Amino acid sequence: MDILELKKVANEVRKGILTATHSAKSGHPGGSLSSADIFTYLYFEEMNIDPKNPKKDDRDRFVLSKGHTAPGYYSAMAHRGYFPVDELKTLRKVGSHLQGHPCMQHIDGIDMSSGSLGQGISSAVGMAIGGKMDNKDYRVYTLLGDGEIQEGQVWEACMLAGHRKLDNLVVIVDNNGLQIDGNIEDVCSPYPIDKKFEAFNFYVINVNDGNDMEQIKDAFEVARKVKGKPVAIIAKTVKGKGVSFMENKASWHGVAPNDEEYKLAMEELEKVGETLCQK
Amino acid sequence: MSEIKKIATRESYGNALAELGKEYENLVVLDADLAGATKTSIFKKAFPERHIDCGIAEGNMMGVAAGLATLGKIPFASTFAMFAAGRAFEQVRNSIGYPHLNVKIGATHAGISVGEDGASHQCNEDIALMRTIPNMVVICPADDIEAKEAVKASVEYNGPVYLRFGRLAVPVINDKSDYKFEIGKGITLKEGTDVTIVATGLEVYESLEAGKLLEEAGINAEIINIHTIKPLDEELIISSAKKTGKVVTVEEHSVIGGLGGAVAEVLSEKCPTPLLRIGMNDVFGESGNAVELIKKYGLDSVGIYNKVKDFVK
Repeated sequence: MDILELKKVANEVRKGILTATHSAKSGHPGGSLSSADIFTYLYFEEMNIDPKNPKKDDRDRFVLSKGHTAPGYYSAMAHRGYFPVDELKTLRKVGSHLQGHPCMQHIDGIDMSSGSLGQGISSAVGMAIGGKMDNKDYRVYTLLGDGEIQEGQVWEACMLAGHRKLDNLVVIVDNNGLQIDGNIEDVCSPYPIDKKFEAFNFYVINVNDGNDMEQIKDAFEVARKVKGKPVAIIAKTVKGKGVSFMENKASWHGVAPNDEEYKLAMEELEKVGETLCQK
Repeated sequence: MSEIKKIATRESYGNALAELGKEYENLVVLDADLAGATKTSIFKKAFPERHIDCGIAEGNMMGVAAGLATLGKIPFASTFAMFAAGRAFEQVRNSIGYPHLNVKIGATHAGISVGEDGASHQCNEDIALMRTIPNMVVICPADDIEAKEAVKASVEYNGPVYLRFGRLAVPVINDKSDYKFEIGKGITLKEGTDVTIVATGLEVYESLEAGKLLEEAGINAEIINIHTIKPLDEELIISSAKKTGKVVTVEEHSVIGGLGGAVAEVLSEKCPTPLLRIGMNDVFGESGNAVELIKKYGLDSVGIYNKVKDFVK
């Protein structure tokens, strides 16, 4: 898929995030929107997956370690064909398979349940170790929040990944700079993030604009060529990206848009979509 | 007494893994720098490529095990009970229990029989913690034979299992031709009429010995080995309670939430029966020789005998 098409999809993924959280009246739009371009690139370009055969043995694996951004994950999966886009409206409702945080028993195609921060990356490391053990070619991707890396378990997992030279593992950090209590630098700074991963024997790729599809593509292409080390892609993103009144506001971490806000946000994204279609 | 063969169930665990590793190519073992102590080093020696030492990072180890299970592996995550059920509780709950992944947790050094290391390493809370996790199977074998059978059964069972092993060498009591291990099925070791003693782990042997002392005092105790605390063999416990009218639980674990807690829940709801829970009475342990500690905390045969005798009076 070319860059323009990927941008169009990412815009649709954003609409899905808003529709899902608006319908649920809860959920996490901020971090879902900041990761929307990464989700899109992974599910529409990077990963070897088949929505019609979601459990095929040699598929690439993805673990959403920052499980609260399930709306972004679900929206990308729905648009990729894992389940109908319309089902996004059932997010967080009783009986829905779209749990507040990803649950592998509810949706074929989710490779690991997650939600408790710091744990997903460990499972991704396990999958990467298993892949090496079995001489399989599949790759394992995991997406973490920049607040999430305050969890000690993340670094336990990184130490093991670096130690075992898991070059089939790509850790992506969505560095949107905000967590629930505010700016990550004010709460408990994880910086310098790149130096930390380097110290844990990762090959680090810094992405200046993690909402720019071309930069994302470049980063993943470099990551594929790395041998003998796991890769960390540190993607500088904007929380709430794509909806002007949500951008760079920690208050949109875990609050859903009301009817009026939803309408405004969707209008904004419709316009973006129209502009992209004219290109 | 010295002629009775003794072996620590952690040793049985390591031996069983090495044996089962031959048959199950997807069996993998994880450690957190305690392969020597958990005895998984026996497996490591036989199958080095299937042993993963995660370093001293138990929370991560549980997640790594979960990831391996998603690939169809049968991971045994091994460490001390304190760290498996205690430190890594939430990882076990969320990364293994919630997704119902086929991870086996091999927890050694449970209870005060850890001995000299003292209270920081004597986990008397693990049964209580683990059995609250939905669908978690909790097994505490009594001896070498039962421990090996439990490991085998847990490999054959699809889903998370918590296996509780000890550091102390304990007498082999199940070397009988008709011995059969089945997850969730208790074993009546001695029929009796005056009181039911329900025991688990190394307390099964101590209870059998207590039973002999009680016999001499004219008390005919029924003795049941509950190796699986969850799912609990409710039927067996209720039918015995109906027969004897008095129930005693014995475990090397807190009286809160473990075997005693589980039996109390069942009896009070389905068959109210006078109950005495013998175990660690809401206290921490301490350093010392394991056998002496068991005696000090009243968990040896004489301690059990004295308490049961008073209870039955």
